Amino acid sequence: MPSNKSVSDAPISQFTNCRILREHTLQREDLWVREGKILDPEKLFFDEQGYADQQVDCEASIIAPGFIDVQINGGYGVDFSQPSEDVTAGVSLVAKKILEHGVTSFCPTLVTSPPAVYHKVLPQIKVHDGGPHGAGFLGFHLEGPFISLEKKGAHPERYLRTFQSGGIEDLMEAYGSLDNVAMVTLAPELPRSQSVVRELCQRGITVSLGHSVANLSQAEDAVQHGASFITHLFNAMLPFHHRDPGIVGLLTSDQIPAGRTVFYGMIADGIHTNPAALRIAHRAHPSGLVLVTDAITAMGLPPGHHTLGQQVIEIQGLHAYVTGLPLPYSRRWLINDEFVS
Amino acid sequence: GFNSRMRLVILDDYDLASEWAAKYIRNRIVEFKPSADRYFTLGLPTGSTPYGCYQKLIEFYRSGDLSFKYVKTFNMDEYVGLPRAHPESYHSYMWNNFFKHIDIDPANAHILDGNAEDLEAECNAYEQKIAAAGGIELFVGGIGPDGHIAFNEPGSSLVSRTRVKTLAKDTIVANARFFGNDLSKVPTMSLTVGVGTVMDAKEVMILITGAHKAFALYKAIEEGVNHMWTVSAFQQHPHTIFVCDEDATLELRVKTVKYFKGLMHVHNKLVDPVLSIKD
Repeated sequence: MPSNKSVSDAPISQFTNCRILREHTLQREDLWVREGKILDPEKLFFDEQGYADQQVDCEASIIAPGFIDVQINGGYGVDFSQPSEDVTAGVSLVAKKILEHGVTSFCPTLVTSPPAVYHKVLPQIKVHDGGPHGAGFLGFHLEGPFISLEKKGAHPERYLRTFQSGGIEDLMEAYGSLDNVAMVTLAPELPRSQSVVRELCQRGITVSLGHSVANLSQAEDAVQHGASFITHLFNAMLPFHHRDPGIVGLLTSDQIPAGRTVFYGMIADGIHTNPAALRIAHRAHPSGLVLVTDAITAMGLPPGHHTLGQQVIEIQGLHAYVTGLPLPYSRRWLINDEFVS
Repeated sequence: GFNSRMRLVILDDYDLASEWAAKYIRNRIVEFKPSADRYFTLGLPTGSTPYGCYQKLIEFYRSGDLSFKYVKTFNMDEYVGLPRAHPESYHSYMWNNFFKHIDIDPANAHILDGNAEDLEAECNAYEQKIAAAGGIELFVGGIGPDGHIAFNEPGSSLVSRTRVKTLAKDTIVANARFFGNDLSKVPTMSLTVGVGTVMDAKEVMILITGAHKAFALYKAIEEGVNHMWTVSAFQQHPHTIFVCDEDATLELRVKTVKYFKGLMHVHNKLVDPVLSIKD
């Protein structure tokens, strides 16, 4: 039975026997698609008097929007923080591989690096859509170098920077180009950070707070200047304290400007965050939760030595260690599909 | 043709009544052997009463025993002024509970448009569509606690046609539960087929289940034809079937119930054997 030709000649596909994500629940509903757009089947029935040209039995599978990973340092032997000659090849390889795990867009992340690395890497690749060839490139996530010494985590101390003028010059000197940058993680307690936050937001770049010892007041100030994200909540920031919740307090702060939401990345691998802490965050601010992998070069590869920018990482069992440094700098390196469910 | 008769079919509970009704509809469609040249025209109700019947019909479609490919449907009514996409509109009800699960051609599923520019013209056009389809072969309906059929509220003309009706206070109050118990949100007007429109159908099947409908059933079949209980009009229709559960018969005379229960072996021949398009 053909679709009504008065509106469109394009064929209509009906995905049956599936569960779709709708209104925050998984519902047993059919999904109707025409020319890459999801249709309202009731409108199709009553307005167009149309119906499906083909039906696809999904065998009770879930149909969900593709995942977006805004923090991923590399994978499959590719390290985004290496000053490679062919960044596109590395990004494309990872893009193709993560598609298999349902990730359809991502922000390749660069950890704190010397200016030479940024100047070489950033100009090599432009924002572009994904497709069957691989996940879409949304822009780089620059995690550092404007971060706190005390909360550097696995970042190399010698390449940390501070804001000299508090203007665009600081950014240009460090990064070279902001053209294909989607997100910057910085520590808002660094002097002269407010104007930098504003400068970045004006360019449509998401400012994320992280690797920081900011108190709640400093974090709120940054949000008021435009910051809208928190980098891996709980990790590399002051722990929640009832008299000063720090950055974590943004989840329930009443100083967030009206109409704005503060989102927070969470590494839900069971190692970076205790699941109970994850649940507390989720219950406090469910609509702000963003799962991130923060995956590293070693993702998808067997145990051994790999790089993370200027550091060397050693994989032992299920954990990854910055060579020579003990926990808590370990990162989980296995691809974990389970942590999404 | 077949002889005039009124059947009162009494099943033990809601599920059995729904199943009997669905089987009857199935047999009628299959026996009719509808085709592209000769559609089976079916009048349809909404509400909680026919829900079980719709579920069963969907099952029959899924098992491959019944197809709605050559069936044309005409719903009884729709609210005026309620957006079609509103979850309580009768369009939404029919889509979610029936049409989306079966193989009916959308062009053959007719429901009055409560948002039409000219409501009167919409009603007249609907009558014409029914006539153009050759009239209704089987009109399935329900009954309100006040004995109304469709939105033909007490006092409606028994020879009425499809028209705009203002809803009775009782109906608005009864419907409030679908609108967050906010009376101000309940539609006050509807488009409805008339009593006369349903009387024109070749056969009428009324589903009545539940104790709260018992008094209305009593008024409909044990008292006279009366425009205050519009379902009573079908006492004068040559081929009417009332399908009920036990609870709906609670206000009837024991004698009436015993008589019709005694006829169940005859009634059951209408649904046994149950026919299939596979044959």
